[in-house]
Amino acid sequence: MRNSFTLICTLPLAVFSLAFLALPLVRLFTASVGSEAGFGIYADILANPRYMRSLFDTVLVSAGVTLGALAISTTAGLFLTRNRFPGRNLLIATLTFPLAFPGVVIGFLIILLGGRQGLVNDIAKEFFGTRVVFAYSVAGLFLGYLYFSIPRVLLTVMAAAEKLDPAREEAARSLGAGPFRVLVDVILPGLAPALVAAGAIAFATAMGAFGTAFTLATDIDVLPMTIYTEFTLSANIAMACALSCVLGLVTWALLLVGRSFTGGTVAASG
Amino acid sequence: MNSMLKPTTLAQLAVTLAACLFLLVPAILSVMAGVTENYFRGISSGVTLRWVGEVWRLYSDSIWRSMMIAIVCLGFTLVIGVPAAYALNRWAGRTARVIEEFISLPLAVPGLALALALLQLYGSMKGFRISWWFILVGHVLYTLPFMVRSVLAVFAAIDLKTLEEGAASLGASSWRRFRDIAVPNAMPGILAGSLTVVTLSIGEFNLTWMLHTPITKTLPVGLADSYASMRLEIASAYTLVFFVMIVPLLVALQWASTRAQTIGKRP
Repeated sequence: MRNSFTLICTLPLAVFSLAFLALPLVRLFTASVGSEAGFGIYADILANPRYMRSLFDTVLVSAGVTLGALAISTTAGLFLTRNRFPGRNLLIATLTFPLAFPGVVIGFLIILLGGRQGLVNDIAKEFFGTRVVFAYSVAGLFLGYLYFSIPRVLLTVMAAAEKLDPAREEAARSLGAGPFRVLVDVILPGLAPALVAAGAIAFATAMGAFGTAFTLATDIDVLPMTIYTEFTLSANIAMACALSCVLGLVTWALLLVGRSFTGGTVAASG
Repeated sequence: MNSMLKPTTLAQLAVTLAACLFLLVPAILSVMAGVTENYFRGISSGVTLRWVGEVWRLYSDSIWRSMMIAIVCLGFTLVIGVPAAYALNRWAGRTARVIEEFISLPLAVPGLALALALLQLYGSMKGFRISWWFILVGHVLYTLPFMVRSVLAVFAAIDLKTLEEGAASLGASSWRRFRDIAVPNAMPGILAGSLTVVTLSIGEFNLTWMLHTPITKTLPVGLADSYASMRLEIASAYTLVFFVMIVPLLVALQWASTRAQTIGKRP
């Protein structure tokens, strides 16, 4: 039922979203096809080895991080929903607080861990007499992305694990199933929709993450860094816009697929 | 046998603790580095607040600007988001879902792409481009869906329709029903949404980095600046200042969202 009052209620939203979301996105697209290449710019992306390399690397890192975060967060999430013990809330808090850390801060934390003055390097020098610096390599990028992905996946998994019916596991166990069989045949199928949704969130967040890669200044160019370089250094505005459209479309579609499996989302930023 | 002592449970505990350490240790390193006289020589070189003072001298304007933007951003998301959530809850059909999906785009589309879009359309309006209002627009864009969803979730959990029908039968106008029935009942959702908005606005980097100018730096922009050009102690002290601001907000947020989620589950 729509009356004039509810229409008035949506007026501020309509004005704001039109001016600062709908029109800018349309402009982003028209700017991407506004150079002399026209719509051909999207074919140029496919033909350019550097962009394709960047896209490939981004997908690879994001997929690896997604799998890693799913494995760690599902294990921790199941443990934290199934057991009650002193300090449990502290562990949950520790595992979820990084949700609000900006990507730049996470990049810096990885430098403190694996940079030239980092903890791992200090320990390696002290005990093994070698240098271990990984912050600026793919490993550093991977750990940084893992850092912001673990909390996102954990929240989704824990919400789903609380809704699982323990009676089904009891039944499986009483029929003689071992812990591994219970996990594979009962728990994981029950969690499957949440795992797909959480995986989609983690993957989309990693694809679009900018701050972490920016701070680590890694030698591999993830797609957001490529867009940033095109825009600032090369002043190739049309290409930056086209790559943004591609990236935005991919992450949006992924989240749409993920959400069709469960209701909620834990928002993305990194 | 105690279920905590089974080998599979112990393995799960080990993974959980390892994950906690991975998230916690670098944060502790950062806090320690921020109060250490000389990080290269270690904590034995002495504990000092000198670097925090230095951060305040160098970056206090960006810290104040971030707080101001977060509060104004909250104001805008309240004015835009709460009535919108009320209307979307009333419509409840396909249109409402499409609108919700559309305004949630900033959660899915990377901040860099949104910032580029804003720059393409408004970058030539110089007065707007170089003011902090430009950054504010980005922050409202990014945080608004959180406010709308948080309030919508509470509206969906309570029986607002019955409450409103009661008030309407007593002659309350649409505006009175919104002000006296809907808003007070949605308070837990509004509170959780507000804390989310402020927390995210203070930490927002991906949009802000593209939208800022040298005279409109925010806290995270200053952080990136200090990571790139300052000594490790100053960068760490600045991170410490950020943690001190953000952690109380996160604690409050966790409390508020737990409270909002219990709405409708009470007998």
